[in-house]
Amino acid sequence: MNWLLICPIVIPLAAAVIGFAGRGSERTQRGVSLAGAVALSAAAAGLFSHVWREGIAAVQIGGWPAPYGITLVADHLSAAMVAVSALIGLATVIYACGDTRRGRLSQALHPLLHALLAGVCGAFLAGDVFNLYVWFEVMLIASLALLVLGGKPAQLDGAVRYAALSLIATTLLLSGIGLLYGLTGTLNMADLHLRVQEVEDQGLLTLVAVVFIIAFGLKAAVFPLFFWLPASYHTPQIAVSAVFSGLLTKVGVYALMRFFTLIFRHDVGYTHELLLWVAGLTMVTGVLGAASQNELRRILSFHIISQIGYMILGLALFTTLGLLGGIFYVIHHIIVKANLFFVSGAVNRLAGSTELRTLGGLYRDKPLLAALFFVPAFSLAGFPPLSGFWAKLLLIRASVESEEFVLAGVALLVGLLTVFSMTKIWLNAFWKARPEESGPPPPVAPRRRWLLLAPIAALAAITVAIGLYAGPLYTLAERAAAELMDPSLYVAAVLGRGSQ
Amino acid sequence: MTNPPYVRLAVALPVVLFVWFCTMVPAVSGGEVLVWELAWLPQQGIDLDFVVDGLSLLFALLITGIGAFILLFAGEYMKGYPQRGRFTLFLVSFMLAMLGLVLADNLVALFVFWELTTITSFLLIGYSHEDATARRSALQGLLVTSAGALAMLAGFVVLGQAAGTFSLREMLAGQGSFAAHPHYTAIVVLVLLGAFTKSAQFPFHFWLPNAMAAPTPVSAYLHSATMVKAGVFLLARLTPLLGGTELWMVTLTVVGAVTAVYSAFVSLGKSDLKQVLAYTTVMALGVCVMFLGSPPAAGQGEPSRGVLAALAFLVAHALYKAALFLVAGTIEKATGTRDLTRLGGLRKAMPVTFAAAVAASVSMAGVPPSVGFVGKELLYTAGFAPDAAGYVPWAVFFAAAPIATVAMVLAIRPFFGPRPDYRKPGREGHWALWCGPVVLAAVGIWWGLAPEFPFMRLLVPAEAAVTGHLPDTGHAPWHSTGQAFALTLATLAAAVLAFWKLAAVKQALAGCRRLVPFSADGAYDAAMNGIAAVAAWQTRRLQSGIQRHYLMIVFATLGLSLAVTLWLKNVVPAPLRLAEATFLDWSLTAVVAAASVVIIRSRSRLLGIIALGVVGVATALIFLNFGAPDVAMTQLIVEVLITVIVAVVLLKLPDFSNEVWPSRPKRLRNAIVAVTVGVSVTLVLLAVTGSPPQPDLREYFERNAVPGGHGRNIVNVILVDFRALDTMGEITVLAIAGAAVFALLLPRTRRREGALLPGARAVAARAQAWHGSIMNTMILRETTRRLVPLILVFSVFLLLRGHEQLGGGFVGGLVASIAFSLYAFVFGPQAARGILRADPRAVGAAGLAVAIASGFVGSIREGVPFLTGQWGTLAGLTVGTPVMFDVGVYLVVVGVVLTFVLGIKEQE
Repeated sequence: MNWLLICPIVIPLAAAVIGFAGRGSERTQRGVSLAGAVALSAAAAGLFSHVWREGIAAVQIGGWPAPYGITLVADHLSAAMVAVSALIGLATVIYACGDTRRGRLSQALHPLLHALLAGVCGAFLAGDVFNLYVWFEVMLIASLALLVLGGKPAQLDGAVRYAALSLIATTLLLSGIGLLYGLTGTLNMADLHLRVQEVEDQGLLTLVAVVFIIAFGLKAAVFPLFFWLPASYHTPQIAVSAVFSGLLTKVGVYALMRFFTLIFRHDVGYTHELLLWVAGLTMVTGVLGAASQNELRRILSFHIISQIGYMILGLALFTTLGLLGGIFYVIHHIIVKANLFFVSGAVNRLAGSTELRTLGGLYRDKPLLAALFFVPAFSLAGFPPLSGFWAKLLLIRASVESEEFVLAGVALLVGLLTVFSMTKIWLNAFWKARPEESGPPPPVAPRRRWLLLAPIAALAAITVAIGLYAGPLYTLAERAAAELMDPSLYVAAVLGRGSQ
Repeated sequence: MTNPPYVRLAVALPVVLFVWFCTMVPAVSGGEVLVWELAWLPQQGIDLDFVVDGLSLLFALLITGIGAFILLFAGEYMKGYPQRGRFTLFLVSFMLAMLGLVLADNLVALFVFWELTTITSFLLIGYSHEDATARRSALQGLLVTSAGALAMLAGFVVLGQAAGTFSLREMLAGQGSFAAHPHYTAIVVLVLLGAFTKSAQFPFHFWLPNAMAAPTPVSAYLHSATMVKAGVFLLARLTPLLGGTELWMVTLTVVGAVTAVYSAFVSLGKSDLKQVLAYTTVMALGVCVMFLGSPPAAGQGEPSRGVLAALAFLVAHALYKAALFLVAGTIEKATGTRDLTRLGGLRKAMPVTFAAAVAASVSMAGVPPSVGFVGKELLYTAGFAPDAAGYVPWAVFFAAAPIATVAMVLAIRPFFGPRPDYRKPGREGHWALWCGPVVLAAVGIWWGLAPEFPFMRLLVPAEAAVTGHLPDTGHAPWHSTGQAFALTLATLAAAVLAFWKLAAVKQALAGCRRLVPFSADGAYDAAMNGIAAVAAWQTRRLQSGIQRHYLMIVFATLGLSLAVTLWLKNVVPAPLRLAEATFLDWSLTAVVAAASVVIIRSRSRLLGIIALGVVGVATALIFLNFGAPDVAMTQLIVEVLITVIVAVVLLKLPDFSNEVWPSRPKRLRNAIVAVTVGVSVTLVLLAVTGSPPQPDLREYFERNAVPGGHGRNIVNVILVDFRALDTMGEITVLAIAGAAVFALLLPRTRRREGALLPGARAVAARAQAWHGSIMNTMILRETTRRLVPLILVFSVFLLLRGHEQLGGGFVGGLVASIAFSLYAFVFGPQAARGILRADPRAVGAAGLAVAIASGFVGSIREGVPFLTGQWGTLAGLTVGTPVMFDVGVYLVVVGVVLTFVLGIKEQE
């Protein structure tokens, strides 16, 4: 267990270190990156199977007992998030090998990708609020570096917006941690679960909770704090966009799920009601934003926001079914959204554009690509029997069960608008004939083509598999949700069964 | 031209299925229910159970039977068209999805198949995808039916919640009708939205005529014979659970009647064969819906036969309409047109098609002997039942009469009269084309002559599945009453009259159409444009592209939510205890406040950044004042560094004063936001500082630093041992920052190292000369040469003693970087690289590697957790892995700072 929990952090870190140091050839760089991604996937799988078999795993880093040292914890949610992040990491590395031109860009890209993965996995495994903050910082700096890689003016412009708003989030997070520490005298999450119950002024605790909602809300890109996302996600390289779209905001969602089930559950009527409003407004504004766009990555970026709303909805309902739906949604979404960005990149490579106006004819000329777009796109829109259908169904059921009929209606309506948005891409990029003024599409080397399409096909296959056989993911989400709703297991795993 | 093998396979599949379903007829008509069970997501009560009862068997036979002829027809019709593989795949997928829809026992599974038919329909309507009309029609069909389907899903979920199961069987076996449930109205409205959009009921009918953009086999199969009947099927399926109430009956009857009459008249006015057929399809669907809304009892203890009438009419329609669509397709294939006004004289050239058209039209018009006639008799009989609404027979009349006229038009127009010049030969086609129409139309006549088989074997069992009670087998239900027969005669008379005066009728209809200034199709466009407009407006407002707005909204959100929570939760901040404040406190506060005002008011970037530096320094002094010299020192160094760096960068930026300043009201708004944030954050802080102190963690660290951490400098023990993982994260941040800067600076550096352009070489030489003139003084060089080793030794000293006293890897690393930087400034970056003997990037990476490796020493030796300190003595000195970790920190700091410094130096 000592190795299991630290490996998902250290492996990508080591891959990044070797990359940073390395002056090796392109081939070695890619080899190291690929090996790192495969090793991370293996480690994540090992951790996952351990948690699946034996329940929550925890390790006290440095051997200092909780709550004094730093604890790493993997419950079903964390283990699943690490596993799916490793999967996306692997897909991204393969895609990047096929997509980026040789040279400096790719040399910096791979180590930075691994550094980002280390931050992401660290955030998922942190059992200590300050340690979580540190991994958020690693993610922030790595993502900022990835964002500016290439140095185009649009990228720098997006990066400035991203950096400014992210720094506000980081500052707020740190302030929140300080306030929480001031109230409770501890940083350990499991210990916090116990200590917050002793805080005399529960209203003050709610106030601190609001600080965290805003801090993580900024990270998760909820309404009205999402501006950084549509301002920056369409600017970097596709591989970077894809990994961002899959993982970055979801770490914010994860943190909200963790904090608002483990720590702040004293005033659900206030905090989670606030989250309900946030969820509904995020869904609507995000999807309307997407409807107003005409470029692939911009459309997809706004859809991330809208989908975040669904995940928050699952948390805000604060029932086992709601969280189950939310967790199911997160995992489905990571796979589908990253894949859609990959597809947009493949479209760009194979057709030379991502503007709907200049695209066309892909259904006729590239039927495989069309099929590979169709699956994640209609899964995102919630069409059965694809993964997104189950995610939406579970959330709608959870809303109805909690008698939140308006939100169930909003969730369905937003689903319809998502259909509209995905079909807009389908009609314009795939069905419409290619406009003559767009000229012939650029040539792509066959090996490249294979590297681009392989990760897309694999992720699409997973989407279909979840759709046809939702049972395993459901069980996983169910276990994770049950653990979140009953934190005593988490607390026992971290603090030892005998304590307090 | 021969067909690829998959086309033949695609025909074989429905044939086999049809035969298989036929073998179930005896058992099912005997009252048996066949079930195949398959678990899907049992945790949510979602299963893939397939149930064959009277109703589903009737539909399954229609789907596979008609499907076989459609696929046979399509194999011939689509010859020479592109993308046939996909077309066939979609068509077969549709058939299977449709079968799943009618056989599913679970509402969620039913929804899944329902949407699968929607999506295959979308792909098939959009077959001619390079044509904008086809794309629009496909999208319209998808959106309209999906909107309804999502409402229906909501209804299903509420229903499932109410029933505690999604299984229709379990619902029926359980409580039966949900009429008394508090959510009944919501369930009915939502489910009806799904059924009405799918079955093209007014006012959602408009997508169906547009769907005729699909190739003819698709129109015949999906948009006439099967898919659009899914709504009718669903209504029948749910009748035992939701039917029998006023809401149900009135809604169905009214909507169905309006749809039927409206579309029957519209169909009269159309001249495109497929448009005519589409509107008559809508009419038939309306009739079915209308009669599914019949009251459960017909009065005088007699059960109503409204459901039977609807089902009989549905079967009749499926047979004659599929036949007529295929006839239309055959005619179009033969002549190149399907415009009724341009057709004529085909009777001799296409005798088989003509016969099929006549036979199908007879059934359509409701003329004996045909199943259409029987169906219409039943409609009238059920319509005259005492409990039925009084307008029902008249609605049927006004729907049936125009349809009968249309039937006459269809049977006569293309075949009689003068033969115009066709673009194509206009001859009878391949047998696969006319086989379907002939057989289907013949079945329509046969069942009209011998109604016992279809009724007793298929329709009555289906009715029983809907109404729940076994039919009274006493008298044959297909025997009509005198009243009904009289109305049938009247219908035919009216139809003949209308056919005779067709031109006048059409003119009158066109006149009526002009009176209505809007259409459902137009409303759809308006809705789409409306959504686009709202979306664009909202996005312009929110995602304005102006960073100031973003920041303003974020801060306003923060301030507002904190203020509101403070107020609602009645949080009381601790008293300020102003009396305890010393003079120093007051003066530092005053400095911070004054500098802040300068920052806000300043129109010069440089002044602003200096004022910001003042705030930072004052803050450092506040730390010092409260007894935290470490923090104060760090704050001071960082503050000075930032001020210098930013000031240098700012010098290269254009003048700030040229920028447009926000207007006074906007400044006022910003001020309000800023004050709200400031005040609420202050209040929150005051409230938290007022709570009792929690010293646990500090006490633990103090207790354990020496025995467990082997160090007296608690801050350092925290950094490299207690919370070493945090430090590892932070040095990773540093290393990434270094790598990022390297990546951004590299292109220009590389160019210098490699082949230099002549101009660049000159620039570099000039820079070197300038550099030399400043730095090339003997004293500076000699001092530096002596000083640098001393500073380096001092930095190592700081590093090594850090665990015990003030110092540590971070400070040591900074000092060492100062030494190297000095060397680089004096002797140039290449020389600094020379004494470093390594790429600074590699130094940073090595540092990180050392730090990580130190964490694994214990794990490998003793299996203890990562970063557990391992201590021992080496040459009389106590050494441990935390010190090794600190060495890693030292190296990372040196590596990263030098990446920055050397990178920037080499840029010059």
